[in-house]
Amino acid sequence: MITLEQVSKTFAARSGSVRALDDVSLHVEQGEIYGVIGRSGAGKSTLIRTVNMLERPDSGTVTVDGLELTGLEGAELRRARQRIGMIFQQFNLLASRTVRGNVELALEIAGVDRAARRARSSEILELVGLGDRAGARVFELSGGQKQRVGIARALAGNPSVLLSDEATSALDPETTASILGLLRELNKELGLTILLITHEMDVVKTLCDSAALMRDGRIVEQGRLDDIVVREDSLMSPDLFPLGELPEPRGTTIIEITFVGLASEEPVISRLARTHELDVSLLGAAIETIHGRQTGRTRLEISGSASQVDAAVADLQGQGLAVNRVREAR
Amino acid sequence: MIDSSDPDFWPDLFATVWQATGETLYQVGVTLLLTAILGTIIGVLLVVTDKGGMLEAPFGSRAFGRTVNVVLQLVVNLGRSIPFLILMIALIPFTRLVLGTAFGVTAAIVPLTVAAVPFFARIVEMSLREVSDGLLEAGMSLGATRWHLVAKVLLPEALPGLILGFTTTAVSVVNYSAIVGTIGGGGLGDVAVRYGYQRYSTEYIVVVIVVLVAIVACLQGLGGWMSMRMRRGGTPSARSAAAVPPAQAD
Repeated sequence: MITLEQVSKTFAARSGSVRALDDVSLHVEQGEIYGVIGRSGAGKSTLIRTVNMLERPDSGTVTVDGLELTGLEGAELRRARQRIGMIFQQFNLLASRTVRGNVELALEIAGVDRAARRARSSEILELVGLGDRAGARVFELSGGQKQRVGIARALAGNPSVLLSDEATSALDPETTASILGLLRELNKELGLTILLITHEMDVVKTLCDSAALMRDGRIVEQGRLDDIVVREDSLMSPDLFPLGELPEPRGTTIIEITFVGLASEEPVISRLARTHELDVSLLGAAIETIHGRQTGRTRLEISGSASQVDAAVADLQGQGLAVNRVREAR
Repeated sequence: MIDSSDPDFWPDLFATVWQATGETLYQVGVTLLLTAILGTIIGVLLVVTDKGGMLEAPFGSRAFGRTVNVVLQLVVNLGRSIPFLILMIALIPFTRLVLGTAFGVTAAIVPLTVAAVPFFARIVEMSLREVSDGLLEAGMSLGATRWHLVAKVLLPEALPGLILGFTTTAVSVVNYSAIVGTIGGGGLGDVAVRYGYQRYSTEYIVVVIVVLVAIVACLQGLGGWMSMRMRRGGTPSARSAAAVPPAQAD
């Protein structure tokens, strides 16, 4: 649905040029929720803004819904933008208009007539749960309600894609959860494809089907979240499962076991100790709801010979568990 | 010196002041109308042709946008830096060219407008720069044309500030219109000169001052009220909605 191919963008700054996007490629499937995570300054904001050409890349191509936007100008580009909704961290609602007026702005721009605008704005405000606030002014709304208006405005023209630029970063945790819930609902009910950027791993965990990690203008890791979770060398691991720092080396092996769906009824750890005659101690554990499934990771410290440890790991893998050898005994 | 005990004194005074007030209001009104239109256009152009503005390269030419911007900045700065009294005198040939005469109630509209437009254009520019880029970006993301951005986003969002700025401009124009009166521009300034200065009638001066203060107070009040109304939400239904405790959290 959204494809970026080798997109690069450099900004001229006083201290030299900044390469905000460095050969970035990504692909978002139809109906997918795709999260790009990274620190501020990683280039994710530039990335999402290239998707609707608010920022024109220096090189590379951007294709949305089969249309190559990098080749479009003027009226064609404006028409293409109407098929791509966007929501913002600061909501960017017009204080000069009511809630309904803000939603209708999208329809006025699209050239929809008055009666149809009114009908559509009522319908979409109902959908985001603000059916009774149509006449309210923006300053009367809470942050969460403002973002709902933002979503309603973005979706008024029935776009196939929604871009979310840190949409929940200005909201408190509860409100964030309700907005993420709404996005998930819209994704399911309307088949809406969502590309979001965020600096909060929680947003990715809660909402995303796929994710990409950005650093210094590059995508350093990407994939389906289900795969990333069990990927041994995933750079997102420390943020997905906050297990803290490793202890000082003390001649032991440290492994991490990931349980997806917590399906295992087996007493994995005690059996590990018994079967392989190992000393096993628990260093840490985290249980996270990732992509709608309870997913846990346990960090274990094992004392035993190399062959014992190898056998134990093989055994665990044999049970279908993802095992990551974090540190070898030395 | 006029004899204020003359039975015709007060009726004459009121008739004179009444007519002069009408002239001043006409002068100020037409000036403000022209100023609103021209000042808004120039103010908008100043913003959109600036670097990073949405019209920095009209017709694909960056140099053209730059030129328009620089020329307008120059004109506005020049217009604002010349004292009105001097501007008014300097414009006499121009006014004569445009209207055939340089003196009279209508002719005075030319220097008044030339003085007020740069003043208001600068205020428009400043108010428009207050509008957050995020709002323009939101508009663009919806596929807005530049015209949409100006007409539906920039100007409406800046309106409360524009109205206050326009009020300030209006008060200045009233002020200038009195100065114009001294060189035959009619209106209240003319009355003040002819009766107050040349024939030293305190009563005339006092009445003229009262009328001018009343005009300024009305302008200020109206502008402040309208701006407030804009900020707090324009329609009665929105205001009653505002009385309801706002915004329960999600």
